[in-house]
Amino acid sequence: MAEKVLMKGNEAIAEAAILAGCRHYFGYPITPQTEIAAYMAKRMPKIGGCFLQAESEVAAINMVYGLASTGKRVMTSSSSPGISLKAEGLSYMAGSDLPALVVNVQRGGPGLGGIQPSQSDYFQATRGGGHGDYHMIVLAPASVQEMASLTFKGFDLAEKYRVTSMILADGTMGQMMEPVELEMGEVNEHDKSWAVTGTKMARKHNIINSLSLNSEQLEQQNFERFERYKKIEENEVMYEEFMMDDAEICVVAFGIASRVSKNAIMEARAKGIKVGMIRPITLWPFPKKALETAAEKCKAFISVELSMGQMIEDVELAIRCKRPVTLCNRVGGMIPSSEQVLATIEQVQGGLE
Amino acid sequence: MIVFEKPKALADVPFHYCPGCTHGIIHRLVAEAIDELGIEGQTIGVAPVGCSVFAYNYFNCDMVEAAHGRAPAVATGLKRSDPENHIVFTYQGDGDLASIGMAETVHAATRNENITIIFVNNAIYGMTGGQMAPTSLPGQVTQTSPYGRDPKHCGYPVKVCEMLSQLEGPEYLERVAVNNIKNIRAAKKAIKKAFENQIQGKGFSLVEVLSSCPTNWGMTPQKALEWIDEAMIPYYPLGVYKDRSAE
Ligand SMILES: Cc1ncc(C[n+]2csc(CCOP(=O)(O)OP(=O)(O)O)c2C)c(N)n1
Ligand code: SF4
Ligand SMILES: [Mg+2]
Repeated sequence: MAEKVLMKGNEAIAEAAILAGCRHYFGYPITPQTEIAAYMAKRMPKIGGCFLQAESEVAAINMVYGLASTGKRVMTSSSSPGISLKAEGLSYMAGSDLPALVVNVQRGGPGLGGIQPSQSDYFQATRGGGHGDYHMIVLAPASVQEMASLTFKGFDLAEKYRVTSMILADGTMGQMMEPVELEMGEVNEHDKSWAVTGTKMARKHNIINSLSLNSEQLEQQNFERFERYKKIEENEVMYEEFMMDDAEICVVAFGIASRVSKNAIMEARAKGIKVGMIRPITLWPFPKKALETAAEKCKAFISVELSMGQMIEDVELAIRCKRPVTLCNRVGGMIPSSEQVLATIEQVQGGLE
Repeated sequence: MIVFEKPKALADVPFHYCPGCTHGIIHRLVAEAIDELGIEGQTIGVAPVGCSVFAYNYFNCDMVEAAHGRAPAVATGLKRSDPENHIVFTYQGDGDLASIGMAETVHAATRNENITIIFVNNAIYGMTGGQMAPTSLPGQVTQTSPYGRDPKHCGYPVKVCEMLSQLEGPEYLERVAVNNIKNIRAAKKAIKKAFENQIQGKGFSLVEVLSSCPTNWGMTPQKALEWIDEAMIPYYPLGVYKDRSAE
């Protein structure tokens, strides 16, 4: 097994991106993700890459748009208010079918909000963020190791399906230090015949474009894009099951909330409560089938979130409201404690008896 | 004998521009420069949001359509992808470049980004039907300044070349017009130079082209060309505003 190195979550993202062959980073400083930019600023010039601090998140995402148009790997990172500014660009990238990796290390909102961890950009991320019918692949790491491995995978998925991959992390994940194994494997090659790199007078010009004034044609393009999304939903769902074999209560949590929940579940198990967890790793596509199956055995669900209750809607949709779903949450930069999660588990258990 | 040949860098599709609109002339000048410099195979153009949005269909080189105002940022990405081999130009209107995309414009200029910008100033929002532009003249009647642009209420026109010339960054800034043969010749020269600068690695080169919009100015094509002489050029004097290499 390869050697492990101790790294901060944000740095793990940056290093994994470099390992994935990303040589261009464009971004604008914002807490709590600036370590990614700082790492790139140091490393890129040494490896023939390009780090450029943009004048705004709007500019940064459009630099990404330009770079992605040339078929090379490119990324940007930001935190909640900056992602709102990138929303226009994310929609255009979807409309032009451009692959790229975007990181959102979320902080509390709305507005300027705070700088402490949050998961309240769940709707924004899983529904696309900008205007129009589109999705991004949304990856939710729950460890520094996953910050790295999901970044590496995110680039691959983006190119494979010509979509944007988003790493949806939070301030805790970004700042946390853990040992990471950086052996990521081979970088896959994907078709880039669509890229603009100059015709060399050897082919017809390529056009990167999201405009289509012919409604029938635009409808077809949407249909084609959603065919691809369907394939993603069929092939790329990732989740972790924890103590689900005999579970009667199913906790659903991602990122930092899933770590807190694991502790609470162990304590509840020690008290004889049959509880387990499904941890979505892809928030889009959401592990609908896993939850649907769980709903056959489990009598109740608990959604643990750092938001006013966003993922809970996807849980309810996935199980078609067949079972009650209880929200256990903190917001504004607060994190639910394992005691709070345990108390919710006990309360739900009480209702079952 | 062929006296009027289409530049090779222009695709064989009809323009959608209104009769008498000078967007077409400016396309032609850009294509001629690309032909003469033999760079079509390595050029990537960026189309704006505005009347020239379909520029991506009109040029034979690789093309990218940018969001409204974001062309200089998109061009930055395209250029930084392969600075040695990519020749990148944007083609932008005044609303695109000097209003919604002002930040992208100024910062590409101050970085001396090695790109070429063709800035079409027609003092109006053409595509959306003739609203006030950041470059609309004081007193100019538009759909959103029906009593004439009142600087006391909505400020003064933006003089892009003058403003950018205050920056250390840009290599070359020139304002030209395309309302008569003499001006078109000067415009051609400026546009070619803006590409040559990029080939030579000199940096940010912007050519502002005073252009007509007979449709939304409510004028005949002939009157529109005269209005450029009578109203626009006095407010937006033609000439070189910065040329670092010549200094
Ligand atoms: C974000 C956004 N806001 C507004 C518009 C609508 N819009 C399209 S073109 C345009 C103005 C274009 O004017 P200009 O850049 O001067 O180009 P012209 O048509 O005059 O050549 C506007 C406001 C848009 N497409 N996107
Ligand atoms: S609206 Fe104006 S700028 Fe647009 S094509 Fe017509 S004349 Fe040209
Ligand atoms: Mg205009």
